[in-house]
Amino acid sequence: MITKRIIPCLDVKDGRVVKGVNFLGLADVSSPVKLAKFYSECGADELVFYDITASAEGRALFTDILCEAASSVFIPLTVGGGINTTDDFDRVLKCGADKVSVNSGAIRNPDLIHAAAQKYGDQCVVLSVDAKRVDGSYHVFAKGGREDTGMDAIEWIKRGQKMGAGEIVLNSIDTDGVKQGFDLEMLGAVCEIATVPVIASGGAGNMEHFTQLFNALPTVDAGLAASIFHFGEVDIKALKEKLRNDGINVRL
Amino acid sequence: MTAIIDYGVGNLFSLKSSFAVIGEEAVVTNDPQVIDKADRIILPGVGAFGDAAKKLFESGMADVLLQQAEKGKPILGICLGMQLLFEKSYEYGEHKGLSLINGSVKPMSDILSKEYKIPQIGWNALRFVSERSPLFKYINEGDFVYFVHSYYGADCDESLIATVEYGFDVTAAVADKNVFGTQFHPEKSGEVGLKILKAFCELKKE
Repeated sequence: MITKRIIPCLDVKDGRVVKGVNFLGLADVSSPVKLAKFYSECGADELVFYDITASAEGRALFTDILCEAASSVFIPLTVGGGINTTDDFDRVLKCGADKVSVNSGAIRNPDLIHAAAQKYGDQCVVLSVDAKRVDGSYHVFAKGGREDTGMDAIEWIKRGQKMGAGEIVLNSIDTDGVKQGFDLEMLGAVCEIATVPVIASGGAGNMEHFTQLFNALPTVDAGLAASIFHFGEVDIKALKEKLRNDGINVRL
Repeated sequence: MTAIIDYGVGNLFSLKSSFAVIGEEAVVTNDPQVIDKADRIILPGVGAFGDAAKKLFESGMADVLLQQAEKGKPILGICLGMQLLFEKSYEYGEHKGLSLINGSVKPMSDILSKEYKIPQIGWNALRFVSERSPLFKYINEGDFVYFVHSYYGADCDESLIATVEYGFDVTAAVADKNVFGTQFHPEKSGEVGLKILKAFCELKKE
């Protein structure tokens, strides 16, 4: 059987991992390449590199780092942040990315999903959605969660799938950073309509939250987190051992 | 030296890098003379079968590969590259393949119930079929490799060397003499994948 995936997300700004990194035994703790290697050795199933730089220099540096990471880490790499055109897809795929995640760029221009899926295949296009409860429904937020688009998240995900998104990342703004567990209610609503793999993001504070996620929602394919891994609060190897003990199929 | 065939399909960066890491020389090329000098050949590929097959046949690369296979040179097709080794594919119509492996490529949606998502994306555990293939010299049954695919190799029982369980026994790897194929991506399967590439690099011409 296919295993549940554990995915650390590295936010990269001006060539460094942000959100603070606090590891024992890692000399250069904010080097994206070193951290990627470390996570790969710990058993991470995939890595997400998120480019949060705004400048052109920062973007060039990001692609250099991506190339370096892809030369030394041989697990799937997803790249997100600042993806607005198929040229942006091209730029990161050439550097060794396997999947590209679109968010605000697809909200501005939904045809980007279709165009990229046609050119690179559905498996390459990840639709990343930041969603939050507004007046009893889930709204899609743009610009890193700062702007309410008014769009219904469930309808947006259905539309994204139809246009060729091969995977969905659902980040709940309501639970993000709260560390009280994933947003099982919102994820459940997405799982009901999802025909492609769903990656849960936002809210993991400890190992038990991953067990809860996969037990409550067996159709969720992966759990994504950032700071709990960077701060060493959750060790990926220990997490996967715990999941296996809890009867969840993982790669060890 | 290993020739990684460049026929305008997919991204070869990770594949080339993985050979560097295992200390094997690899050249990304579409030059028949370089391919002829190579000790072994990798046929990569992502995307749609029809488009890739068209590129292979129209560029003359298909003939080059068939000649090299005839000479007994080890060839490894990866993902869509494996599927292209089959006789034909039913991905959006019907398309002719290289016919180096008996069988055809069919949509998983023909077999799978709705609870299984398509594409199969993620890590799955290999089950060896019959005796261990030389490709798996350095790995064990149950080791995990990374898959991304919506179509599968069918009717290839005589060439089957490994399967994975995804609603049914899905073709994970095939071999017929010097011709090998993996549905999964060794270059994205961590240490296990690198060990498979290393074993492939140790294969001698038949």
